[in-house]
Amino acid sequence: MEYSSSELMTVNAARLLRDGDTVFVGVGLPNLACNLARHTHAPNLLMIYEAGVIGARPERLPLSIGDPTLVSGATAVCSMYDIFTLYLQRGNVDVGFLGGAQIDQFGNINATVIGDYQHPKVRLPGSGGSMEMAAWANRCYIITPHQTRRFPKKVDFRTSAGFLASRAERVSKGVRGGGPQAVVTDLGLMEPDENGELILTSLHPGISVDQARKNTGWELKVSPRCNVTEPPTASELQILRDELDPTGIYIKDGK
Amino acid sequence: MTKLTTLSKAIEVHVHDGDTIYAAGFTHLIPYAAGHEIIRQKRKDLILARATPDLIYDQMVAAGCAQKLIFSYIGNPGVGSLRIIRSEIESGHIEIEEYSHFSMISRLQAGASGLPFIPMNQTAAEDLEHANPQYKRIKDPYTGQEVVVVPALNPDVAIVHVQRADQNGNSQIWGILGEQKEAAFAADRVIITAEEIVDEDIIRSDPNRTLIPGFIVDAVCQVPYAAHPSYTQGYYDRDNAFYLEWDKISETKEGINNYLDEWVYGLPDRQAYWQKLGTEMHKRLKVKDRFSAPVNYGAY
Repeated sequence: MEYSSSELMTVNAARLLRDGDTVFVGVGLPNLACNLARHTHAPNLLMIYEAGVIGARPERLPLSIGDPTLVSGATAVCSMYDIFTLYLQRGNVDVGFLGGAQIDQFGNINATVIGDYQHPKVRLPGSGGSMEMAAWANRCYIITPHQTRRFPKKVDFRTSAGFLASRAERVSKGVRGGGPQAVVTDLGLMEPDENGELILTSLHPGISVDQARKNTGWELKVSPRCNVTEPPTASELQILRDELDPTGIYIKDGK
Repeated sequence: MTKLTTLSKAIEVHVHDGDTIYAAGFTHLIPYAAGHEIIRQKRKDLILARATPDLIYDQMVAAGCAQKLIFSYIGNPGVGSLRIIRSEIESGHIEIEEYSHFSMISRLQAGASGLPFIPMNQTAAEDLEHANPQYKRIKDPYTGQEVVVVPALNPDVAIVHVQRADQNGNSQIWGILGEQKEAAFAADRVIITAEEIVDEDIIRSDPNRTLIPGFIVDAVCQVPYAAHPSYTQGYYDRDNAFYLEWDKISETKEGINNYLDEWVYGLPDRQAYWQKLGTEMHKRLKVKDRFSAPVNYGAY
């Protein structure tokens, strides 16, 4: 069965979620991945949105992080201060989804500037909720297309922390969360090794190690247990296409 | 005592050149009508504070109202960049003070609580702490561990749009609550715009829903549809198409000026703006009812 890169990434991200997880959700692919997981293997997934919505059951595809469909039928709504303190800082969030313009060898993310902070070449939107999510969620996942410019050896600005320069350095900072657990790309999956360095742990069907290496800005190591992901199933694709994103806003490949 | 007034009067009296303004609302209830009125009255040198500047601050920056931005996310939500703010920053034409959402909201929480600063746990992402000297670290006197602190933010004016308020300013909000309560308590002056002005009895029938008490409010204005292209939960939907359209409009100076001429300077108020949007748009933004179950407060 044919599928787009976005569908492939969404399906693989959904499979990383566990039934009963409390997930801090963003719009776009993370939202689709969470809803897909809820429709398949994780019916008890609890979705929290940084806008202050808990237990959302969106009946239409949310197009912004504060879409009104998130509120109608949710279990609770609270202020932003409450969501970041009672839920995130207190340690009540299992999973956070992160994104950014650059992700480096140790999973640090730049969503702030390309170039110098004072004189930016490109000014990006900035942290939003990602700085604290990356620090305090138990597990973080990143969904992004696999391109060299997105995966430099070092980011220009650390908007949110991965493993800094090593797993030991993150641990020494005393932040509660476990850091990035996987980066899902259109070529495969990268996961941190014992030192916190992102290494290739899975390839999607038909993708070669060489393709992954060519599109990564550092010397990409390959796990001895590197495997091939199961292709998206007909039922996963049907849920995505018919129920979650019927007009293909996120799952058709635009970019 | 009634605090009812018109929006143009409220802006004239309470918003001055050089003020720090916090127009509240996370995606929901963004007070666009008040922003447009500030542009019409040609306020200058404002310090614009908002977690998510959104299109309204992009427009106010384009109109020359701002000298500085305090923010935590300068994107066009779900679309991409705020082109005007982005280019002003890239060309060094506007001063910025940047936070994460949590530290931005914490500043308001401190301001609203009468505290000088507020602590937060470390995040291990230290580049922004270094870039913005307002971030400091202190030692937790109980454990000896370092915590990150940010100072209180006390804006001169908070502007909050609400579903309903009475003439005294008692204001009720439902749906996404964002940082409205904190902004109102942190500010020196508070302007409320409301979809509906209701009798005090309506407010008193459901006191748990009151987010902002009238005694901290300075002006109450009845401004239906004040949040478009943002939305008011239960009243009208978000105009997602306009958020995409703004990305095109704001590509050129000409596009921006034409927009401001047609939709801000060329109109007297929000009522004219809503009329101009037309019946097709009104139909598109209409939402179906979905009522909550009533609660029983009990008669004591």
